[in-house]
Amino acid sequence: MTIIEERAANPAAGDENRPIGYGRIQRKEDPRFVRGKGHYVDDIVLPGMLHGAILRSPVAHARLVSIDTSAALAHPGVVAVITGQDLLGLKLAWAPTLSADVQAVLATDKVRFQGQEVAFVIAEDRYAARDALELIEVDYDVLPPVIDVRTALDPGAPVIRDDLEGRTDNHIFDWEAGNSAETDAVFASADVVVSQEVVYPRVHPAPMETCGAVADFEPIEGALTLYETSQAPHAHRTLFAIVSGIPEHKIRIVSPDIGGGFGNKVGIYPGYILAVVGSIVTGRPVKWMEDRSENLMSTSFARDYIMQGEIAATKDGKILAVRSTVLADHGAFNATAQPTKYPAGFFHIFTGSYDLQAAHCKVTGVYTNKAPGGVAYACSFRVTEAVYLVERLVDMLAHKLEMDPAKLRLMNLIKPEQFPYKNKTGWEYDSGNYEQALRKSMEMAGYDDLRREQQEKRARGELMGIGISFFTETVGAGPRKHMDIVGLGMADGAELRIHPTGKAVVRISVQSQGQGHETTFAQIVAEEIGIPPEDIDVVHGDTDQTPFGLGTYGSRSTPVSGAAVALVARKVREKAKFIAAAMLEARPEDLEWEKGRWFVKGDPSVGKTMAEIAMGAHGTVTLPEGIDGNLDAEVTYDPPNLTFPFGAYICVVDVDPGTGHVTVRRFIAVDDCGTRINPMIIEGQVHGGLTDGVGMALMQFIEFDKEGNNLGGTFMDYLIPTALEVPDWETGFTVTPSPHHPIGAKGIGESATVGSPPAIVNAVVDALAPFGITHMDMPCTPARVWEAMQGRPRPPI
Amino acid sequence: MQIPASFDYVRASTVDDAISLLERHGPESRVVAGGHSLLPMMKLRLARPEWLIDINELFELDFVLRDANTLRVGAMTRHATLLESPEIARLFPIVADAERVIADPTVRNRGTIGGSLCQADPAEDLSTVCKVLRAEAVIRGPGGERVLSMHDFHKGPYETAVAHNELLVEVRFPIRPHSGSAYEKVERRVGDWAVVAAGAAVSLASDGTIDDVTIGLTAVGIEGTVTEAETLLRGHRPGEELFVAAGRLAALASDPVADQRGPVDYKRHLADELTRRVLRRAAARAGEAQEG
Ligand SMILES: Cc1cc2nc3c(=O)[nH]c(=O)nc-3n(C[C@H](O)[C@H](O)[C@H](O)COP(=O)(O)OP(=O)(O)OC[C@H]3O[C@@H](n4cnc5c(N)ncnc54)[C@H](O)[C@@H]3O)c2cc1C
Repeated sequence: MTIIEERAANPAAGDENRPIGYGRIQRKEDPRFVRGKGHYVDDIVLPGMLHGAILRSPVAHARLVSIDTSAALAHPGVVAVITGQDLLGLKLAWAPTLSADVQAVLATDKVRFQGQEVAFVIAEDRYAARDALELIEVDYDVLPPVIDVRTALDPGAPVIRDDLEGRTDNHIFDWEAGNSAETDAVFASADVVVSQEVVYPRVHPAPMETCGAVADFEPIEGALTLYETSQAPHAHRTLFAIVSGIPEHKIRIVSPDIGGGFGNKVGIYPGYILAVVGSIVTGRPVKWMEDRSENLMSTSFARDYIMQGEIAATKDGKILAVRSTVLADHGAFNATAQPTKYPAGFFHIFTGSYDLQAAHCKVTGVYTNKAPGGVAYACSFRVTEAVYLVERLVDMLAHKLEMDPAKLRLMNLIKPEQFPYKNKTGWEYDSGNYEQALRKSMEMAGYDDLRREQQEKRARGELMGIGISFFTETVGAGPRKHMDIVGLGMADGAELRIHPTGKAVVRISVQSQGQGHETTFAQIVAEEIGIPPEDIDVVHGDTDQTPFGLGTYGSRSTPVSGAAVALVARKVREKAKFIAAAMLEARPEDLEWEKGRWFVKGDPSVGKTMAEIAMGAHGTVTLPEGIDGNLDAEVTYDPPNLTFPFGAYICVVDVDPGTGHVTVRRFIAVDDCGTRINPMIIEGQVHGGLTDGVGMALMQFIEFDKEGNNLGGTFMDYLIPTALEVPDWETGFTVTPSPHHPIGAKGIGESATVGSPPAIVNAVVDALAPFGITHMDMPCTPARVWEAMQGRPRPPI
Repeated sequence: MQIPASFDYVRASTVDDAISLLERHGPESRVVAGGHSLLPMMKLRLARPEWLIDINELFELDFVLRDANTLRVGAMTRHATLLESPEIARLFPIVADAERVIADPTVRNRGTIGGSLCQADPAEDLSTVCKVLRAEAVIRGPGGERVLSMHDFHKGPYETAVAHNELLVEVRFPIRPHSGSAYEKVERRVGDWAVVAAGAAVSLASDGTIDDVTIGLTAVGIEGTVTEAETLLRGHRPGEELFVAAGRLAALASDPVADQRGPVDYKRHLADELTRRVLRRAAARAGEAQEG
C-alpha cells in the first residue's frame, strides 16, 4: 500500500504518532479493478449454466389475452419458457415489495408499465434466449394508461391495481409530518410568504453494471446459491426464504464485485426470482443479466416528486416556517425502498439547516403506468428532494426580500450551540457548525469578487449565475426500534478475528458497490487495534461469510457498519489486554494501550504487540478465567440516532444568451462528514456525487409520452455527464464529529448528490434574473433554459 | 449486453471484392465501416443484416490528398484523422469545427466519413459540412464510378443515392481562394447529437464583397442549403445587418420537429442564432485567408 500523503495533513487523525489508521491511503481494492480483475456477476460461469432472457411488455397498460410460447420452445437451444400462469401454479407469480405492496414477477392478468416482465426464456446460450423472445406471441388488449401523475387521482382515471381487492382508485398513501395547525398559524401572521411548485423529475440511478443474477439450486440438499447484484445480501436472503419457502439456512446469497448501485440494487427484481425458478425447474444453474435498456426502463427509478412548497419569513429575513404538499409518482407497484414507518422516506428533513418555528409536510403517493421503484438513489431516502425544495425556496425568499442569498442563509442557519437540535418534524440533528462551513465555502469561492464580476457582466449583457446550497442530511438508519425494512431492523453486524500471526479478517454485513469498503473498514480496525490496514482483510457480500445486517444504501455503511467495526475492534483490544496481562504476568488494570501494543504502566519496555498477543491467545499461555483461546469478537450495532452530515456548496455558471446552453464554470464543495477516515475516498465520493448532480440538474430526465412509452431507454436518450461537462472540483471540509457515534463519523456517500443540484439550479436561476425568472425546473437543458428566458419556464411533467 | 439478431461476417480485401461480396450476398448484406451507427442499430434490432461485409481493411480508402484545387478524402478516413489534419484545418476550418463536436474520442477513432454520409442521419454533422463545402461523392459499383453532387447524393433522412451493390469511395472538396468556413452546434451534452447545428462557407471577391456563400443546417429538416439567405448575401459586403437578415431566412426555411432535445420554436430560434454566428466567423476567416 502506498501512502500518498503524510498523515499530518489529516486533521481528524488524532494522535500524529500513530503510524496506522485513518489517513489518505490508496484503495486496497483498486489493484484488481485497474487491472481488469474485478469479479462481477456476469463473470460467473458455472458448469452446465443456462441463460435466461425476459420478454417485456411493449405497452404501458393492457389486459393479457393470451400468450403462445410454442414457437419459442421449439427454437434450437431453448430449454424452457416460463409464463405468469406457470408461476401462479408455483404461487410465485407475485412477490412482496419492500413497501408492503406486491409486484408481478411475470404478468398474469394485466401489464402495468412498458417494460414489465411477461415471460422468461431459458436457453443454452444468451443468443438463443434472446432470439426466442421474438417467437413468443402475446395478445394484448390495450387499456388507457395513467401517465400524468397530476390526473392519476381523478375520479374517472383507470384503476391500475385492480389486482388488489377493493381498489377503486390509484391512491397509495398519505403521510404527514410536523404540525399543520401550528404551521398555518405562523404562515398567517408572517410578513412574507413565497410559494412555488418545484418538480424533481424522474431520474435513474443508471449504474455502469446492470442488474443480474446467477441462481444455482442444488436439489439433493435443497440448497440455493444465488449470485446477485445486491446492495443488501442478508435482507435478500431473508426475503427469498419467506417468498420461496426454501429454508433460510439453505440459502446463500453472494454479491461479488458490484459495478455501482446508487440504490438501483436494493430491491429484489423479478429477474432474480426468475433465475431461481429457472434453476429449480431445469435443475441447472441459470444466469440472467439485463441489458442497458432493460435497466433504464424496468428497474428502480428515483425522485418523481411534484412538490408544492411555501416558506414564511419576517420582512427582515428571519425564516419562520416551511410547508409542503407533495404528489409522489410511485409507478405501477409500490416498490420503493424505505423504512416501513416512512413511506416518503426522510422527506421531512425538508426543514433544512434552518432554525424554524414550525413546519408541516404531506406526501401523497400514487400509482401510474410507469416502472416501479422510487429508490434511495444516492438520496438517503428522499433527502435529495427535501434539500432541493428548501434550498430553492430559500433562494426565492432571498430574491423576494432583495437580500443576498448567502446573507439570508447566514442569518437563519442553526447555531453551533443549538445542537443537538430538535427540528419541527421530529429529527434530532446530532452536531453541526453550519456558519463555519458556509463561510469557508464563500472564502474558497471568493464570493464577494464573484458578485462583483457578475455585476460587470450583467452590465454587458452576459449571463453569469452564482448558486448556493446548504444541506443537512439524515443518514445511517436505524435505530431499529423506529426503522425497519419489511420487519428487519436497520442494524449491522461485524466480526473480527486476529489470526495467530497478527493478521486480521473483519467480516461486515454491508456491501460495497464502489465506495471503498475494503479500505475504509480496514482503516477503522487499524486505528483501533494498531495493526496496518494492509494486514486486515475485509470480507463482505457473502451471507455465508458475514454476519447479518441490512446493507449499503442511504449512506449507512460508515455510520452503522463503521460503528460496528470500531466497536468490535475495541472489544478485541479489550480482550487482548487480558491475554497480554496473562502473558506478562501483570494485572490487566496495570496495562496501558498505545501503538498496537499493551505495556506495563511506568515500564514501556515491558509489553506485548497485537501479533504477540494473538499468538499467545492461540498458543500455550494459560489464559485467565472466562477468556476463550482466540482473539475474536463480534457485535451488532443498533445506532442510537441517525447522523447528520452537512455541507455548503457554491456553483458558478455561465449561460449562453443566444442558445441557453449552461456551462458549470466553478464548483466549490465544503463537506462536513464528521471524522474523516480516508480523505481520498471521501473526495472520490464527493467528485462522483457532484458529477451526478450536474447530470440531474442539466440533462437527465426519464420522460414518457402520452401512451406511456419510456423515452429514456438508452444512453443516447438518457444522458450521463462526462469529464467534459464538469469543472475542476474545488473541495474543502470542516470536521464536526457526531457525538453519538463511536468514531464520530457521519457518512459521505450521498452528500454531493443531495447538495449539488440545488446549487446548480440556483446558479442558473440567478443567471436568468435579468429576465425576471425566479424559478425553473430541472433539467436545465439548453431548450428549457431558453424557454425560461422567453418568460415561459415549463415544468418537465 | 445487448444482443443483435444472428448474422454472418466476411472481410473484404479490396473495393472490388467488397462490391462482388455485396452482389453475391444480396440485399440483406451491408458493409460495416466504423460500425458506430450500424452496430448500435443491430443491437437494438432496428437493423438485421444477414451478412456484414467488413471494409476496415480497405486501406486504399483511408487517405487525405490534395490534387490541384481539390482535396480528396477517402471514404474510410476516420473522424479522428479529419480532426487532426492541419491541411484540412487550414483549408476547411468548418471540418475541424464540426469534428470537435462529433461524438467522443472513442467514436471518432473508428467512425468514418463514408459511414457518416451513407448513414444520412438527419442530425448527422458531416452531411451538412459536405453540402456547405459543395463536396462531391464518388460512388463505385459493378459498372464503374460515378460522381454526384451532395444534392444528388443525399436523398433524405437515412437515404442516399448509393445502391445496394455500390460503395462510397471518396469525397471531393473543391478548394476556393479567399474563403472561410465555420460550424457551430448546440448539444445537451458533449457527444450528443445536435439539437441544431449550422455551417457556412464564404468566399470573398477582391473588392471584399461576398462572391459565394453557402449555409447549411443540421437537424431542422432542411434538404440542401438555405438558398434564400445565400441569394440575399451574394454580392454584398459581409456585415451584421445582412447576417441578421440571413438568420431570419434560415429560421423561416427550417422545418424542425419537437423532441426531447427541444420544441420547434427553440430549434427555429437556433437556426437563426447559429446562422448568424457561423456567417460572422466564416466571413472573418475568409478575410484572413490567403490563396487556397
Ligand atoms: C455515441 C455516439 C455519438 C455520436 N455522435 C455523433 C454526432 O454528434 N454527430 C455525428 O454526425 N455523428 C455522431 N455519431 C455517429 C458517428 O459519426 C458514426 O461513426 C457515423 O455516423 C457512421 O460512421 P461509421 O464509419 O461508424 O459507419 P457504420 O456504422 O459502419 O455504417 C453506417 C452505415 O453506412 C454504410 N456504409 C458505411 N461505409 C460505407 C461506404 N463506404 N459505402 C457505402 N455504405 C457505407 C453501412 O452499411 C451502414 O449502413 C455518433 C455515434 C455514436 C455511437
